[in-house]
Amino acid sequence: MAEYQNLFTAVQVTGPLHDGIALPRDDWKRSGTPFFVHLFGRLGNAQLGPIYLGGLGVASLLFGTLAFNIIGFNMLASVDWSPIQLVRQLFWLALEPPPPSYGLSIPPLAQGGWWLVTGFMLTVSILLWWVRTYRRARQLGLGTHVAWAFAAAIWLYLVCGFFRPIMMGSWSEAVPFGIFPHLDWVSAISLRHGNLFYNPFHALSIVFLYGSVLLFAMHGATILAVSRYGGEREIEQIVDRGTASERAALFWRWTMGFNATMESIHRWAWWFAVLCPLVGGIGILLTGPVVDNWYLWSMKHHVVPAYPAVYPIGIDPALLGAKP
Amino acid sequence: MSCTKTFKWLAAVLTATLLAGCERPPIASVQNGFRGTGMQQVYNPRTLAAQAPLNTAPEAAPAASGDGPKASAVYQNVKVLGDLSVGQFARHMVAITSWVAPNEGCTYCHNAANFAEDTKYTKVVARRMIQMTQHLNADWNKHVGATGVTCYTCHRGNNVPKQVWYAPTDRKYANSLLGDLAGQNMAAPSVGLSSLPSDPFTPYLKEAKPIRVNGTEALKFTGAAANRSSTKQAEHTYGLMMHMSTSLGVNCTYCHNTQSFQSWAISPPQRTTAWYGIRMARDLNNDYLEPLTSTFPANRLGPHGDVAKVNCATCHQGAYKPLYGAAMAKDYPELLTLAKMTTASSGGLPAPLAEPAHSVMYFGVGSPTLEGEQAKGLAQLIVTMANTPAAKVSILGYHSAAGELAANQELAKQRALSVRDSLLGAGIAQDRVVLEKPMQAEANLAGEDPAARRVEATVK
Repeated sequence: MAEYQNLFTAVQVTGPLHDGIALPRDDWKRSGTPFFVHLFGRLGNAQLGPIYLGGLGVASLLFGTLAFNIIGFNMLASVDWSPIQLVRQLFWLALEPPPPSYGLSIPPLAQGGWWLVTGFMLTVSILLWWVRTYRRARQLGLGTHVAWAFAAAIWLYLVCGFFRPIMMGSWSEAVPFGIFPHLDWVSAISLRHGNLFYNPFHALSIVFLYGSVLLFAMHGATILAVSRYGGEREIEQIVDRGTASERAALFWRWTMGFNATMESIHRWAWWFAVLCPLVGGIGILLTGPVVDNWYLWSMKHHVVPAYPAVYPIGIDPALLGAKP
Repeated sequence: MSCTKTFKWLAAVLTATLLAGCERPPIASVQNGFRGTGMQQVYNPRTLAAQAPLNTAPEAAPAASGDGPKASAVYQNVKVLGDLSVGQFARHMVAITSWVAPNEGCTYCHNAANFAEDTKYTKVVARRMIQMTQHLNADWNKHVGATGVTCYTCHRGNNVPKQVWYAPTDRKYANSLLGDLAGQNMAAPSVGLSSLPSDPFTPYLKEAKPIRVNGTEALKFTGAAANRSSTKQAEHTYGLMMHMSTSLGVNCTYCHNTQSFQSWAISPPQRTTAWYGIRMARDLNNDYLEPLTSTFPANRLGPHGDVAKVNCATCHQGAYKPLYGAAMAKDYPELLTLAKMTTASSGGLPAPLAEPAHSVMYFGVGSPTLEGEQAKGLAQLIVTMANTPAAKVSILGYHSAAGELAANQELAKQRALSVRDSLLGAGIAQDRVVLEKPMQAEANLAGEDPAARRVEATVK
């Protein structure tokens, strides 16, 4: 029998094709005939489909596709309708929010109006998808942990693109839809507000981000390491600890004195992941509407110690007069 | 199994694609601040090795003797280097030829039949550029220091320095109903191929839009104390900074402290030098290059008909100091101080024109009043006006191009007014005196030209 013992799986997870449990009569039918894909099997389950679309899913995809296309056609127009240039410059292109002069008013389509339309559609699409994850979970008799974790991410998305711009009184404060341009926005908002690294909520968010990565690595490694003892059957071992679970626990207790349990490790992971955008969103919401300059704020409150001076103390030349 | 092979190939191609954008190691890093604060300069030794020969200053010719007659006494129409001896003047001309027009030679600027003529635009521009270089070395030492600049600092043997900027053109179909570029997202070389706003020059190196976006208070204030700079404004400033960074081949931390890009107290001293550099580029663009717009032929102008302008890359060309700080200017002392305009320093104004129907009166530098024999032109004018009661006179003030345009225009107006007041004082009725709008001399290329500082009065 094949065993999980490696970093890369040697096992194809294939079973008999199956549709899953029956859905209630008033629900949509699942669509598509399931089939196997070898490559998918290397990454997860080899079976593809059937998929449950549902009214919410269809509506969400519709709004999402519209948003995607508005962004795409704006990008295409911005490279003079050249498909080759669209591919070549894709990472640089964007659909920009309106210029600051428009404030919170509705700008012309060509000056950020498309951005507002797209933002609305994408938000509707995401919210519909959230309801869908909630409903599917209830349908299967699950808890709604996935939906609430997703909600944490939506919170950060809404803070950046909706709540904070409204509190700042300008749509221009929102994030552009584009790869590099949205990263420029991230840098610019930090520079504008005196270095976001002095924002304690930003710091907390980083703790949870890196913490998530660390926990994920520790947990993944632990389970792979004990898979030769059946450690991958984690859920069963929550209530019925076998030798895999015992060995994993001992390993951590010996190396760092403390160990999570097969159950608690998943709470750790869930909370770290959820808190990352949750506190991050709080930090961004404070940036501008409450705190204008995080460096000055943290100097004022002695958040960080000062470093020894390396250069002669500089004086703002603007105070000495602009003329040479 | 073929599927596994395909998978492996795919993975290999993907990895190669991802790494293709990287510079290969080793990369050198130099600490320039307190340890552990990210104050480091990152250099690719191979890029530096390729740049080094491009940043070598040419050797200066041995200094010429200052004895003998002055260039202004021997040659005609020598306006800015007239105080040099003939030998020094020739040395300078040879040097400037090798710096700017090594392939074309003297005739790139001069008419071979008459070297004194100003018929070629290149000669007019070159004269103004010599004045600009003198101005740089004399007045902007907070940026250029004692090192100074010569023509070679920017030109490097090219007729036009390789790195100049023009007002940008938008893409053809962008910014219509779709495709709002918002002046950014273009992988522009001007901002280090980032997607930041791609023209940081017009707002900051021509106009004086605020570069600073940081407030001075920790908390948000409302009303007059509020810092209203937007995130988009920060992106524009960021674009300018990317230009500076790529022009000098340095990181942000060359000038800024990672803790606070805003705080001057903890900034490396280079930031102050850079601060003056921004003002210097703005000064040159507005006072020296823009006024030359009409002098250049169309093929030397940008897509919007604007003159080639300077930014940090024009001199620096990828080096933290142009030519790695080679002190080249000290070998050319004539470029270190502002030349006294030979014609202006002689104090002599052209004789006034005093024809019955047309008077031209000349004024001293910065003066709105008529002195000495210049009053003759006014006297003739009063006589003509008194003798022909039906005649009207139109008065037109001019100024020279040296100095600031706004102040000069006011001066031209004052000159015209002083002539008008003299006429009114002599009993000429006010409705017979018509003041014309002062003429603008945007590019009187000789700078302080006494023939330009005049009032023309025409009797009709």
